[in-house]
Amino acid sequence: MPRWEHFSHGADIGIRGIGESADEAFEQAALALSAVVADISTIAPKERVEVRCDAPDLELLLVSWLNAIIYEMAVRGMLFGEFHVAVSGHSLTGTLIGETADPERHHAAVEAKGATVTALKVARQQDGQWMAQCVVDV
Amino acid sequence: MNRQSLTRHSDFEWWIEPTGKMRVPAVIYAGEHLIDEMDEKVREQITNVATLPGIQRAAYAMPDAHWGYGFPIGGVAAFDPKEGGVISAGGVGFDISCGVRALHSALTADEIEPLKEELAEALFESVPAGVGSRGAIRLSELEMDEMLRGGAEWAIGRGYGKPEDLERIEEHGCASGARPECVSHEAKKRQAQEMGTLGSGNHYLEVQRVAEIFDSTSAAAFGLKVNDIVLSIHCGSRGLGHQVGTDYLKTMVIDGYRPIPDRELACAPIWSELGQHYLGAMRAATNCALANRQIITHLVRGAFAQVMPNADLALLYDVSHNTCKIEQHSVDGASRELFVHRKGATRAFGPGHPDLPPGLRDAGQPVLIGGTMGTESYVLVGTGESERLAFSSACHGAGRAMSRTQATKLWHGRQLVDELRAKGVLIRTRSFRGVAEEAPGAYKDVNAVAEAAEHAKLARRVVRLVPVICVKG
Repeated sequence: MPRWEHFSHGADIGIRGIGESADEAFEQAALALSAVVADISTIAPKERVEVRCDAPDLELLLVSWLNAIIYEMAVRGMLFGEFHVAVSGHSLTGTLIGETADPERHHAAVEAKGATVTALKVARQQDGQWMAQCVVDV
Repeated sequence: MNRQSLTRHSDFEWWIEPTGKMRVPAVIYAGEHLIDEMDEKVREQITNVATLPGIQRAAYAMPDAHWGYGFPIGGVAAFDPKEGGVISAGGVGFDISCGVRALHSALTADEIEPLKEELAEALFESVPAGVGSRGAIRLSELEMDEMLRGGAEWAIGRGYGKPEDLERIEEHGCASGARPECVSHEAKKRQAQEMGTLGSGNHYLEVQRVAEIFDSTSAAAFGLKVNDIVLSIHCGSRGLGHQVGTDYLKTMVIDGYRPIPDRELACAPIWSELGQHYLGAMRAATNCALANRQIITHLVRGAFAQVMPNADLALLYDVSHNTCKIEQHSVDGASRELFVHRKGATRAFGPGHPDLPPGLRDAGQPVLIGGTMGTESYVLVGTGESERLAFSSACHGAGRAMSRTQATKLWHGRQLVDELRAKGVLIRTRSFRGVAEEAPGAYKDVNAVAEAAEHAKLARRVVRLVPVICVKG
């Protein structure tokens, strides 16, 4: 089962996505990022935003992907609760689905400033599952 | 952190002697208890900083140091470009020029008490705070570039504040050498609606009362008396600074100096094209932070004017704690121009420093230490010894003792707000979860941090401030 989780970092927060493929792990990591900001169950799927990212390697591609989401959240004033990713080599296309942030309904706790290369890892684990993680500065 | 692997030079100074690729020692300033509580990651990170080219004297960790990005938060390191010195995006941080500004009012706590609720509401309504908050100011592309060149000076030129404010801001409110052309279109777009906003996380606006005076001479020089009301603003360069940090961290990871012990220490030689571009962008982001705190100051003065027109909020000082600044320092008996990184550390010039304004030159620089919404904050003063000890630097805050995840498991925001109200502290927030993440218990004891800074002779305690109203970002 694809899943996401948070892990501890002294000042900020670590996000981790796990799935059958790199695509799924990236989607789950994006959900973990959204869950840093707000309760994702409150975010309605009203609008779609398409993004493209590329990087020299798969790990930096995760950072680019998360930073693209942070950027779209910031400039559109939106929250996203659903993601679709297709990784191809060291590039990806992604779809972000969500709605305009509403302070009264979403009670967003904290802005994400940027995804970092701290605790950055994208790898297939021994059980065959893909894992994608890093620390986010908030 | 395991004390046995450190060499103790005094009760508050611990060394990691150079081994392997370390070019200089690493020095940690803290008491035994703070050392015991300190994350092992601080040792790893400060040791890694000591391997970077061009580093001078030592890599330093302040008493509030904790795990950061490449550099520990609470890290100080100075680099000489003539010796191949580098500039690091992680060594400045994502929130470029995040800092604290303190305003000193003509009011006492007793005068505020009957109007506290009205004042809290006026501040909460006047200063946009929290996730996704938008400011009322919209800048054209041309105006954005002017702001990025002019900082607080630009803001005052637009009517946000008084010319005399500038004297009490580092670099007179404007970082020179800013290059808006080195700031990406994305960074400028991210800032478009964020001028004059507080942000979220650990950012805040606080009305505070002077609760205790430690150093009456410095307190008199700063004009502070027991029961005086001070207003503190903690925020930074908002979306623009975050995007500049993001953009250049990526570029430095891909195209920066090599070899480095850890990718998160990504950096570039100061005189390289990338290093120069980052410096230009970082200074532009610094000006964004200075303009932002200046606009918030104007909004705060407006809020006070609605409730207490005689507040007369004068700037005590504005100091940034995520920076890289060019400064003159003495190394091996010679004065050198160094690029001093302070990541989660505050500049702390001692008495007589030529960069201090005349009104503060005899006393030394106010060092503003942010605490938590439920405990206290401090004003310290730079010492003469601090230059020799840590390139004139001191701590910046309490530093987190636990993660946000742990904090939300232990505390509930609404309950915290009620408990603080019972203690006389009014909290205004748009997110109770945000309050829980910033629970006072999630931070180290700021008293111990301030005391350690004093015992280490980095800075001396002047006054302790306790919160009265907190608008949480």
